[in-house]
Amino acid sequence: MRYSLLLINQEAQDAGVTEEDMAPFRAAFDAYGKSLEAAGVLVLADILQPVAASTTVTLRNGSLQVQDGPFADTKEKLAGVFVIEVDDLDAAIAWAEKCPGAHYGVLEIRPTAISFQNGAWHELA
Amino acid sequence: MARARAELAARGSYGRLLSLLAAPTRDVAGAEDALADAFERALRTWPESGVPGNPEAWLLTVARNRQRDDLGSAARRTTVPLDVLGPDAGQGDSRGRAIDLGAGGAATRPDRRGGDAQPNSATPATPLADPAAIDFDAVPDKRLELLFVCAHPAIDAAVRTPLMLQTVLGFDSNRIAEAFAVPAPAMAQRLVRAKRRIRGAGIPFAVPARSAMGARLPPVLEAVYGCYAIDWQRVSGQTVRDSLAGEALYLATTLAELLPTEPEVHGLAALLCLSIARTDARTGPAGEHVPLTEQDTSRWDGALIARGEAHLRRAHALAVAHPASAAGADGSRGSRSTAGATAGASGFGRFQLEAAMQSVHCARAATGETDWRTLRTLNEALVRVAPTLGAQVSLAATIAEVDGPEAGLAHLDALAIALDPEAAASAALARFQPAWATRAHLLMAAGRPDEARAAYAKAISLTTDARLRAHLQAQVPQ
Repeated sequence: MRYSLLLINQEAQDAGVTEEDMAPFRAAFDAYGKSLEAAGVLVLADILQPVAASTTVTLRNGSLQVQDGPFADTKEKLAGVFVIEVDDLDAAIAWAEKCPGAHYGVLEIRPTAISFQNGAWHELA
Repeated sequence: MARARAELAARGSYGRLLSLLAAPTRDVAGAEDALADAFERALRTWPESGVPGNPEAWLLTVARNRQRDDLGSAARRTTVPLDVLGPDAGQGDSRGRAIDLGAGGAATRPDRRGGDAQPNSATPATPLADPAAIDFDAVPDKRLELLFVCAHPAIDAAVRTPLMLQTVLGFDSNRIAEAFAVPAPAMAQRLVRAKRRIRGAGIPFAVPARSAMGARLPPVLEAVYGCYAIDWQRVSGQTVRDSLAGEALYLATTLAELLPTEPEVHGLAALLCLSIARTDARTGPAGEHVPLTEQDTSRWDGALIARGEAHLRRAHALAVAHPASAAGADGSRGSRSTAGATAGASGFGRFQLEAAMQSVHCARAATGETDWRTLRTLNEALVRVAPTLGAQVSLAATIAEVDGPEAGLAHLDALAIALDPEAAASAALARFQPAWATRAHLLMAAGRPDEARAAYAKAISLTTDARLRAHLQAQVPQ
């Protein structure tokens, strides 16, 4: 099954985390990415820029609205996405608990419903 | 030279000095500041004035003077912002950054006291006592009190091990953060909060009375063991940090010196000696994982095994002589069924039993074989004392060695049945990697390759460590 591990945490600026503070943490994320890759479960791993770089787009009210900033202004923000292909939820939990981000944020594990591949939408088993 | 002496004094005496300084006031952060100042001054003055004959006493005296100065200017002190928990919490634990004991590390410490000029005089101003007159060996050792403070029930369990590393061994908060894979500011915050709690809640620097020892000692032992266990629990893939196994052993050995009459203290020291003795043999020539029963015994550290055996004999003698005094015998099991160092009716605690099991494995170096019957007896006792999933799965494997793989599988099945399917423990067992790896191994031994294949697949899907995964993959039947 395909799962997205959504890393949600306070942004560095809000938490007072500096570049220097993050340096040792990079090694942990590096090892994590390599572990996912070596296990053959990695589909995608992205750490997102802060919501200050966010733009929202909607046509919901009939006209195009493009706005600066995130959809919802929450204290903790979506900070990264790790998409993995594993057998079941147990395996997804095993990987989520190894994510360095779990030590300062929360990982939400969401199974994929349908995915566009080879020209069509597919339900992923 | 002077720097080397200062670092040597730091390494050997940091915890002794800090506990002496912190005990009267319970102000650990203040004691750390005072001690860091003393080390700074040592690095500045010893190269010119020469290393004092009694370096620890010199440091103690200078640090005490600093503490007294701080007390004398309490008004000024309150104006110093404690900014670590404030909105700008990113500056690290400057209060706790006592001294960098890393390779080639100097006593680098940010000067937090803005505008408070450091005195440049080569000699400490009006010392309370002449350092030369202090016999440091006769000064009481307060590290045991400090260890009990670090692992006090009022201190959050997750911060106990980091607190010990910082206060007893003088570890920099950043290095602790790295070892625990926690961002530096988060770790600094936890440490600062814990130290505030020690002071604010009035946690005493005292060794608990005998009657309280059963409840108070296990958390100390668990925190020391936690220093060894971070290697195993936290790392994804290859280890990205230095092992703290040596520090765990140092803490355990120190604890055994300070509290020599508690069997579980020796049990823990024995367990760490015997486990660490096999570190090299766990990795094969190609970097592959080598399971315990296949390890080349010539690569085990004989001297460390001998140390472990000595601790184990001492633990055994103490437990037999005073069964009631064994840690936890008074029922400190309480709310946590997995409490670490509780002892069963036999008086043998968790660490002693685990050490005894390690000892049986280590005996293979001399006898060439493993005494599985004795291991089963010990493992059964361990499950009674500390019924963790790990101990239960280990028992299944041990039963299989004595009575055959089907008996081991039956034990694994019984485990699952005994648990309430709705309970969290049941879900935890269902995704407990060692349970699946053991099941796969036993199914294979029982001649059930199809089921074994499925169990191996599940075990592999739960294995985040590349070495361990390769080891499992090599065993999957074709």
